[in-house]
Amino acid sequence: MKAAVLVFPGINRERDMARTLRLVSHREPIMVWHAETELPAGTDLVVIPGGFSYGDYLRCGAIAARAPVMDAVRAFAARGGLVLGVCNGFQILCESGLLPGVLMRNQQLRFICRDVYLRVERSDLPFTRGYNAGQVIRVPVAHGEGNYIADGEIIARLEGDGRVVFRYSSPDGMIDPNWNHNGAINAIAGIVNEAGNVLGMMPHPENHVEAAIGPTDGRGLFSGLVEHLAKAA
Amino acid sequence: MKARVTVTLKTGVLDPQGKAIEGALRSLGIAGVTSVRQGKVFDIEVEGGDPAKTEALLKEAADKLLANTVVENYRVDVLG
Repeated sequence: MKAAVLVFPGINRERDMARTLRLVSHREPIMVWHAETELPAGTDLVVIPGGFSYGDYLRCGAIAARAPVMDAVRAFAARGGLVLGVCNGFQILCESGLLPGVLMRNQQLRFICRDVYLRVERSDLPFTRGYNAGQVIRVPVAHGEGNYIADGEIIARLEGDGRVVFRYSSPDGMIDPNWNHNGAINAIAGIVNEAGNVLGMMPHPENHVEAAIGPTDGRGLFSGLVEHLAKAA
Repeated sequence: MKARVTVTLKTGVLDPQGKAIEGALRSLGIAGVTSVRQGKVFDIEVEGGDPAKTEALLKEAADKLLANTVVENYRVDVLG
């Protein structure tokens, strides 16, 4: 796995992400500055980490989505390259048009920083092959704007095509408003694009990968990617 | 030229900030407010003196950056 981690001014989770990629893939990811116009040769995974790019000015992710490097990411995704956006990275993917919809202010207006439970809806994607469909994983969230919304037609298409990958759930996998922390429509926590090679999600799987720190439920996402890319190579 | 771009949430899009402001107005005793929707105003100065060109330029700016047209509407007013 040759991962490129994008770095925008105001991003603050890029080192957590790099640490996890190094830990799981045994390879050093390459940090790519937003002003670059090309991705490193041989990149097979682009990761857009979390944080507060451009201080969340204008709208979360809006300014980063228009950065020069995003044209290269768009071209990479169009060729089928794998793109993972976490938290602010998800917001950036939505703002850049690589994923539909938008992440609005959390319904209860508070910044939420806690562990949540996610139901993995499908296991046949490069991002989820490390899990079983229906499995519940525990990972943290840290966001003020994670309330996913799109127009009715887009939601119907996402649901119809099975493009909702993660949903906020109870520990036993029930979809319940009490466990939908930010009010996202249909408890959506993560979605993929039509081709299934671009994933955006609000929670931080990269923070639950080491037993010394806590649960390791996030590890499956990265080990699945490593496996997928090893097979593809 | 001076112009103003006003960005507002589309009807039907939930606005938690607007709701919170609505509640705060009520608790301040400002009676009779039935709804608050929060938006953004951009006051922009543009080179040249052609109102039609300025309007076209700012529509492009709004489409590309100032508004997220998934959930927001915008209006361009060229003020002269």
